[in-house]
Amino acid sequence: MVGVLLAISILTFLIFTAIPHPELQIAGRFPTQATLDHIRHQWGFDQPVYERYLTIMKLVFTGKIISYTQQVNVVHQLWVLLPVTASLAIGAGIIWLSLGILFGVLSAWRAGGWLDRWLTVLALIGVSMPVFFLGAVLSYYIGDKLGWLPPGDYVKLTTDPWEWFKHLILPWLALSVLFIGVYSRVLRSTILDTVNDDYVRTARAKGLNERQVMTRHVLRNSLIPIVTLFGLDFAAVIGGGAILTETVFSLHGIGQYAAQSVQALDIPPVLVITLFGAFAVVIIGAIVDILYAVLDPRIRL
Amino acid sequence: MSTTTTGTELGADLPERRDAAGEELPPGIGPYALAWRRLRRNKVALAFGALFLVIVILCLLAPVYAHDIAHTGPNDQHVDTALDQFGLPIGPTWHAKFFLGADNTGRDVAVRLLYGGRNSLQIGAEATLITMLLATIFGVLAGYYRGATDGLISRAFEVIWAFPVYLLGISLGVVLAISGLDLGFIHISGSSLLITSLIIGLIYTPYVGKSIRGQVLGLREREFIDAARQQGIGNFRIMFHEILPNVSSTIIVFIPLVLANAILTEAGLSYLGAGVRPPNASWGTMIGDGIRLLPSAVHTMLVPGIMLMLCVLGVNVFGDGVRDALDPRARIRIDH
Repeated sequence: MVGVLLAISILTFLIFTAIPHPELQIAGRFPTQATLDHIRHQWGFDQPVYERYLTIMKLVFTGKIISYTQQVNVVHQLWVLLPVTASLAIGAGIIWLSLGILFGVLSAWRAGGWLDRWLTVLALIGVSMPVFFLGAVLSYYIGDKLGWLPPGDYVKLTTDPWEWFKHLILPWLALSVLFIGVYSRVLRSTILDTVNDDYVRTARAKGLNERQVMTRHVLRNSLIPIVTLFGLDFAAVIGGGAILTETVFSLHGIGQYAAQSVQALDIPPVLVITLFGAFAVVIIGAIVDILYAVLDPRIRL
Repeated sequence: MSTTTTGTELGADLPERRDAAGEELPPGIGPYALAWRRLRRNKVALAFGALFLVIVILCLLAPVYAHDIAHTGPNDQHVDTALDQFGLPIGPTWHAKFFLGADNTGRDVAVRLLYGGRNSLQIGAEATLITMLLATIFGVLAGYYRGATDGLISRAFEVIWAFPVYLLGISLGVVLAISGLDLGFIHISGSSLLITSLIIGLIYTPYVGKSIRGQVLGLREREFIDAARQQGIGNFRIMFHEILPNVSSTIIVFIPLVLANAILTEAGLSYLGAGVRPPNASWGTMIGDGIRLLPSAVHTMLVPGIMLMLCVLGVNVFGDGVRDALDPRARIRIDH
């Protein structure tokens, strides 16, 4: 795990060393050569690559890392922006997990029927739409035209809970649609496979009623791939993977911060956010592995 | 009495075979022919595949449309005719000129849609090709040789896959757009579409590669590989002639999946400014431009978005059909 994080930090850093003149990002408009040289020296751009890497990693881990363009402490900035991304991720996560499971179970229950067919169609449409397009459509038609919900921006939970909620409904929906599509189809096919397994026949032969068979055996095993997927997806969203949703709805979260930093060629935020995101994925992966053992008694840690 | 699909409807028109004693043998048909027959019966999948083909053909005919029907190029700005008195672009006229309206600098949306579609589809196709090539090569190598080779390749897959997808994409996209790619023997300019294709292709390689590797790990233990080794066949020939044909159905199943995701990812990257850059256009950049004009001129956003959605939907439904045809009992695991 540490190796992966190390490799990621090195890779991210190396990617940005391809930029020829980083001092231009820090200097203001029309810098003189003297200013540029001064910045190069002060920020250490004239040092060899590996030294720059070590310097920057030290700054990251001591929490003192400063952004190139905005002279703010990146870690502090992340801390400020985290509640936005967390609100988006947790709310959307609850929605997509529950609806994904619900639709998957409904589809499998009446497999081949009209409900199944329509849910599959919806799932396929959801998976085929780019998130930012869906977000823009929702924001425009429900936000601007109908005025039922605000088209964008974020209101803090502590300022006004109802407004916080209203501002997040559309982003939650936009972000969830894709995942609901994927999860419902994966769950549906897993359930249909599991139902034909031998141990389900045994359970029925033992005399368990259908509901018991479904919950204790079929669902428990079918939910395993869903749990893995959810762990990975949720970690990805928290770690800044909701870039598109946040940008479209003007939610100033980690994702949008990352996107802006990349476009400004601002390395420190990108480095820190990438590490943060990868770290989240790895940690949650470990939690998911533990959950596996709970759900599937055949697996021993 | 045959109860499999081979023997009943799907094999109904196969020629009769008889063995040496004149007894009737069950009709023979190979797995790909069988899959093709299954696919042919799936009208919905075929319909959506046709939809995708129609979109591709329309985009390929972009110059014809621009020259002969709309009489305007994708970057020609007609500020005088295309903007109304408020300076807002006109909506769809449903006539030859400005069939789907204009954008905020007076360019014909329909023409741009087709030209942009060429870029989006080109990047999608190139990225898919790159992913399948790299994933197959490295997946087979890792699964067959195991040991240190597998260790190295799997670690590389893990690192790439652990990167938050869009962060890797936009970092590479922005940096390579500035500096271009210069690997000594390969020089790619920063404004080339190939850069975006390479990035997207690289991002999806671990996903497919892990699946292929898993399958090869199982395959290499089978008897026919032992038999081949005992015949003295070298490793590369084994990988090419024995292992590769057996992973080919996995590869075929993944292609539409990767293509759909590649097109969507390109749109996302371009929207963020890290994919296709001006003066090139793609559906992603067009949607982005349209979004920035909201709440006015909603057609500038809707038109490329709906086109993109229809295209990806076509690929997805057809891909589902291909998967059902090749693997009706879902033995190929796509999730990991």
